[in-house]
Amino acid sequence: MADITVRESEAEHVVAVANVDLGHADHGGAHVTATGLSNNKLAMWLFLGSECLLFGGLISTYMLYRGRQGTGPGPAQVFDIPLTSVSSFILLMSSLTMVLAVNAAKRLDDKNTRLWLMATALLGSLFVGGQVYEFTAFYQEGLGFTTSLFSSSFFTLTGFHGVHVTLGVIMLIALAAIIGRGRISGDKAEVVEMVGLYWHFVDVVWVVIFTLVYLIPA
Amino acid sequence: MSAVTEHVEDHGHTAAADAHASDDGHHVPTDRYFMKVALVLALLTALETSTYWIHLGAFATPLLLILMVIKFFMIVMIFMHLKFDNKLFSVMFYIGLGLAVLVYCAFLSTFQFFAR
Repeated sequence: MADITVRESEAEHVVAVANVDLGHADHGGAHVTATGLSNNKLAMWLFLGSECLLFGGLISTYMLYRGRQGTGPGPAQVFDIPLTSVSSFILLMSSLTMVLAVNAAKRLDDKNTRLWLMATALLGSLFVGGQVYEFTAFYQEGLGFTTSLFSSSFFTLTGFHGVHVTLGVIMLIALAAIIGRGRISGDKAEVVEMVGLYWHFVDVVWVVIFTLVYLIPA
Repeated sequence: MSAVTEHVEDHGHTAAADAHASDDGHHVPTDRYFMKVALVLALLTALETSTYWIHLGAFATPLLLILMVIKFFMIVMIFMHLKFDNKLFSVMFYIGLGLAVLVYCAFLSTFQFFAR
């Protein structure tokens, strides 16, 4: 009997060692990694770093072409700064609700996590709604996608950002639903934090776009 | 003393009031701290927007760029937790950001954007 117990103990030790070697050992819900950091989080930061290059390219192209309006309307004729300022404020406040959701998730407070996630999604939807309204107004004023180099670069830049916000809203709603159904098996706070990092990045890109595209005169 | 503690003490509050330790041992700012940061960001946005009505002439563009940079780093450092997290995450992000700035400065210089 004692011999069997010893062998079981040895077998458990071997399995544990193998799991550590493969980086699969559970350690407070996280995986053991070479860096000691979460691979998911590391990958997310790497992804956000690459997103800087994407938006950097789009912003640079806009900066280059913003004066090339041809016969169509230019920034001074179409931009509605008060409206865009309200949109910017809404997106900024969505970053606050997002960070509150992350904090609630860290406290294992599912109810408030879902509440703040849905509040963030609502604010994000308002921002997207404002952008759709803005695009429609621009189109009615004669600024289409192919009107000029200015309009093409403007719609591409702000459109790409709008798509990012829309994807973020979908992720937030999906995450709130998944948490509600208790479908997250791993570290819930880390999952909320990943979506939060994406959301804050979208906000930070808008901080740059709002200044360079809307506020600084061409 | 952690960065959070220092920041909190700067505002005349105790560390215990505005920060607590997470499960992984990192200091996590409290909701109240984030609300204060959001308030500052909102004020900075209001200041930015005011330049549309208040004409500052040649000072407008440098002021707007400075405010943009402050807001950018406040969000990245505080809301995205880079200030409180492992430095490797900062390296990952700043490499991308630095590369983007360098590449596109070179790109815009090629088109003589800065000469205009």
